[in-house]
Amino acid sequence: MDSLALLLAATFNAGTVLAIAALGLLINERAGIVNLGAEGMMLVAAIAGFATAVNTGNDWLAFAAGAGAGALMAAAFGVLVIWLNTNQYATGLALSLFGTGFSAFVGIKYTQEKLTERAHFDIPVLSDLPFVGPAIFRQHPMVYIAVLLTIALAWFLYRSRAGLVLRAVGESPESAHALGYPVRRIRLIAVMVGGALCGVSGAYISVIYTPLWVEGMIAGKGWIALALTTFATWRPARVLLGAYLFGGVTMLQFHLQGEGVQVPSQFLTMLPYVATIVVLVLISRNANFIKVNMPASIGKPFFPGS
Amino acid sequence: MVKLEARPEASKFMSIASPLLALAITVVIGTILFVALGKDPMRGLQVFFIEPVKSLYVLSELAMKATPLLLIALGLSVCFRSNVWNIGAEGQFIVGAIFASGVAMQAGPDTGRWIVVPVLLAGVLGGMVWAGIVALLRDRFNASEILVSLMMVYIADMVLSYLVYGPWKDPAGYNFPQTITFLKSTQVPRLFDGSRVNLGLPIALVLVAVFWVLLFRTYAGFQLQVGGLAPAAARYAGFSSRRALWMALLLSGGMAGLAGALEAAGPLGQLTPHVPAGYGFAAIIVAFVGRLHPVGAIFSAVLMSMFYIGGELAQSRLGLPKSLTGVFQGLLLFTLLACDTLIHYRIRWKAAQPQAAKPTAPAITPTPAATTVTTGKGA
Repeated sequence: MDSLALLLAATFNAGTVLAIAALGLLINERAGIVNLGAEGMMLVAAIAGFATAVNTGNDWLAFAAGAGAGALMAAAFGVLVIWLNTNQYATGLALSLFGTGFSAFVGIKYTQEKLTERAHFDIPVLSDLPFVGPAIFRQHPMVYIAVLLTIALAWFLYRSRAGLVLRAVGESPESAHALGYPVRRIRLIAVMVGGALCGVSGAYISVIYTPLWVEGMIAGKGWIALALTTFATWRPARVLLGAYLFGGVTMLQFHLQGEGVQVPSQFLTMLPYVATIVVLVLISRNANFIKVNMPASIGKPFFPGS
Repeated sequence: MVKLEARPEASKFMSIASPLLALAITVVIGTILFVALGKDPMRGLQVFFIEPVKSLYVLSELAMKATPLLLIALGLSVCFRSNVWNIGAEGQFIVGAIFASGVAMQAGPDTGRWIVVPVLLAGVLGGMVWAGIVALLRDRFNASEILVSLMMVYIADMVLSYLVYGPWKDPAGYNFPQTITFLKSTQVPRLFDGSRVNLGLPIALVLVAVFWVLLFRTYAGFQLQVGGLAPAAARYAGFSSRRALWMALLLSGGMAGLAGALEAAGPLGQLTPHVPAGYGFAAIIVAFVGRLHPVGAIFSAVLMSMFYIGGELAQSRLGLPKSLTGVFQGLLLFTLLACDTLIHYRIRWKAAQPQAAKPTAPAITPTPAATTVTTGKGA
């Protein structure tokens, strides 16, 4: 019972990492821009956050630094893609390659650094409940923030005027432009918000989740977050559920290793990546289903006057 | 205000000048970086651009690193031209190395030199299998080849790790995660004594010609390119997009696998967890900088190889991390994509209303040309 509670707790924690990044990517994809640079932004944010945490000891400053780094990189990507009309896939890929190299380069000083033990966050009373307490109420605040973020984003997209405009930009930039909305500026903001959230996730990984800095430590989580947006058919609540599902797969692997299951550890480490492929296959099988849900202008460039 | 005005036709000049411009910008940023790090920028440039071509020995090392990059980039050029986004060449490279090693380890003391041929073919097959899975999932289930091919890199890495830590571990290897050293007979023959350059280089150069013919002188190559540039036109003409998908992925997978086999049975001579050296990702940059053209890829592969050797020298001589290579590689692709805008647009300094120009089909990258784009806050 206790180990199951801990497994659940770890699942929520691992899912949070993916959820925050995927919710961010969801925002820019809703505006019609795919940013394949997620992995690179998360890596740079991870080292920015880690360095901030080491030097200031303040985790929230670290998350802010991660968000800033992510937004900055996303802005560079956004300017190229939105104003210079470069190919979104290639540019995102360039961002990922750059981020991988750059984070390794600036991070080399921090490979030996260790963060001090972080305080535990126990919600009074609730954390003492049997089973539910250790499973849900002893998490880092970011875990709850991710849930709130999901609700807020769902409200924003479906209940607010600004969200409607954002979706309109993603569905038909021509119409949004004709109505007088600054399509490109909206897209840039969406891309930067997406980058900032990827950055928060990256910083959370290096400061709280792991917590240390190793070259390439994001280990594909940015790519899995990208897959999650498709899996969730671009809906916030499904992103969160999908993220927990993947968090579960990630944690199951450690759990099985701990239980001494007679499978080589490499095959267990493979699980999240295999799961991503399986999920992509299952969800993409029905091309029409994807088409109905996908923002119509996704991946396509837009410039006024064409 | 700065305005971008569509060119009536894609500029051939800019398509060649753009990589050079991007390189120049990367060098300028690199110089600033060196100054910021308190290093002599001239030393930095020397390490990256002079030292790697200084002696016959470094030249041969340059060629050796350029070979896998060129091989992989040839395949990726076909892929990207047909608008198939295979970004998992690194995984196909690893599986190529694994397959080749599997054959190489079968060699006994009496095995002749002929074994090199099956070793290399096994590598090609391995890469094709790995890319074939991507093609199958895309073709049959519509799964994004971008994400699937990338996930397959991590899986390939784990398979490699499993083999060298498990069943293929050298029993006499002091428990190091590595296979036995392959027998001499399985080694790809070297071209000269005293240099590590092997038969891989001439193979790559021959394949440049083969890919040129394929792309520009065969009907199949024509179909691939039309499918990439104008999918609707290709459909109308009855060109099979499924065939193009399979062909692009199998070709690029095979090339990456061949590169992996040449590494395993060449300079490495055994399988270790360090087989993946990032060539599969760097080759993406090589392909774009080489204008997705087989001949262009030769130049860009050499350039990228200089970045690798420069990074190693920067580490040993200037005390900078080797990952500097990755920074410059990423910067180069980023600036290249920005500069490529000039292929389809020209810069106009004016405040007037944009004039409409005829949209034209893009030449190389699948970037749709348009009428007029405004930079700044025009949107």
